[in-house]
Amino acid sequence: MKKYLKTLIILTLIVAATFSFSQTLVQIKQRGKLLVGTEPTFPPFEFVDESNQIVGFDLDIANELAKRLGVKVEVVSLPFDSLIPALQQGKVDMVIAGMTITEDRAKVVDFSKPYFEANQAIVVRKDGNFRPQSLEELIGKKIAVQLGTTGDLIATDVKGIEVVRFQRFTDAFLELQNGRVDAVVLDEAPAKAYVKKFPKFILSKVVDTGETYGVAVRKGNKELLNFVNQTLDIMRASGTYNKIIDKWFE
Amino acid sequence: MDALMELFKNFPFLLLGAWETLKLTAFSVGIGVILGTFIGMGRLSKIKLISYPCTIYVEFLRGTPLLVQISLIYFGLPQLGIQLAPYPAAIVALGLNSGAYIAEIVRAGIQSIPKGQYEASRSLGLTHWQTMRYIILPQAFRNILPALGNEFITLTKDSSLASVIGVSELMRSGQFVISRTFQTFSIYFGIAFIYFLMTFVISRIVRYIERRMATA
Repeated sequence: MKKYLKTLIILTLIVAATFSFSQTLVQIKQRGKLLVGTEPTFPPFEFVDESNQIVGFDLDIANELAKRLGVKVEVVSLPFDSLIPALQQGKVDMVIAGMTITEDRAKVVDFSKPYFEANQAIVVRKDGNFRPQSLEELIGKKIAVQLGTTGDLIATDVKGIEVVRFQRFTDAFLELQNGRVDAVVLDEAPAKAYVKKFPKFILSKVVDTGETYGVAVRKGNKELLNFVNQTLDIMRASGTYNKIIDKWFE
Repeated sequence: MDALMELFKNFPFLLLGAWETLKLTAFSVGIGVILGTFIGMGRLSKIKLISYPCTIYVEFLRGTPLLVQISLIYFGLPQLGIQLAPYPAAIVALGLNSGAYIAEIVRAGIQSIPKGQYEASRSLGLTHWQTMRYIILPQAFRNILPALGNEFITLTKDSSLASVIGVSELMRSGQFVISRTFQTFSIYFGIAFIYFLMTFVISRIVRYIERRMATA
């Protein structure tokens, strides 16, 4: 019995120690870490490198933000569709995850100024004849997307496109390779990286959606939002932003 | 060939994930066995105040998907002011879940011991708890060992569901490798192979204990 009790007490302590409430700037500073939610399966924005470190464009942005607060970044890695719930439930202070600013998302979170412009790429198999030049040409076809991403949202908006959703975009490409779908719709940067590595796919068209990525914070968290916006401004003015762009996009 | 090279290169990385899976499973099994033993006994209690809650617990946790339970504990509990990090949340969810299944196994095990033994032991002056501790449970344990082994294997595989709340176990480590190397098939194959290795070893260990206990 005593042994069980000890285990129970230890477990309770582990649980208590991991309580992590996230709130305002003061609390972030007191905690000494900035909790950043992201899904590190989205290179070059966020991915896990060979040495098991989460790195990428977004992480460099996060590190700059943390540096100005005098704290360290702690990444909470979650599936993309769980990031906004995690933010709402206070699991993270902010989400930096190549997340496109959309009206629907802006209803539940607050977005910073755009920090990246990204369009949507339509990728198809090279050996086929299908080379769609617009989303409308996908009507009557079956496509694969990453669940909850912009590709998912804009394709779902077009009536007549059958959309198959995957947790990770690599699974969407596997579906394309296996011939079960006709195209994959995905953000331009990761699509380009993927096609470069696998010449059996071809980027048929980049659809100019004028979409931008933003840093998401909890709704009404003005203090943190202002801080993020100011830091982004400073980064652009000081050239830090361009350095990070050059580092990840040649 | 590229695909195999990437698998070999990233195999140590996957093994790190497998280690997390083993730890996650071990913790959850620990909680599950302790919880399951008491709840299994509780279900057989003549006192309704004990047996009813135990039955409700088993039926509820067995009757809802583990994936939902994991999400509920990680994303739902903050509504009640309880913030759990992904790892403890996964251990709690897996432990509670396997507790329900193990409770049923334990109940069946206790019922497999003829009633006469309980009565004999009580008439010899042992208390209810002493009877359970020294007479019933040791024999029941031998009978339920195969079923327990089955549950451990199931739990090892089910722990992959913790990937949805971001626990870097084997499944999620594999997804990280895939997103880095873009090698989907070979890496998933590697993941499957490592899961198989783990469950195979568990199954052999359970078989070994079974044989040891059969001759004892």
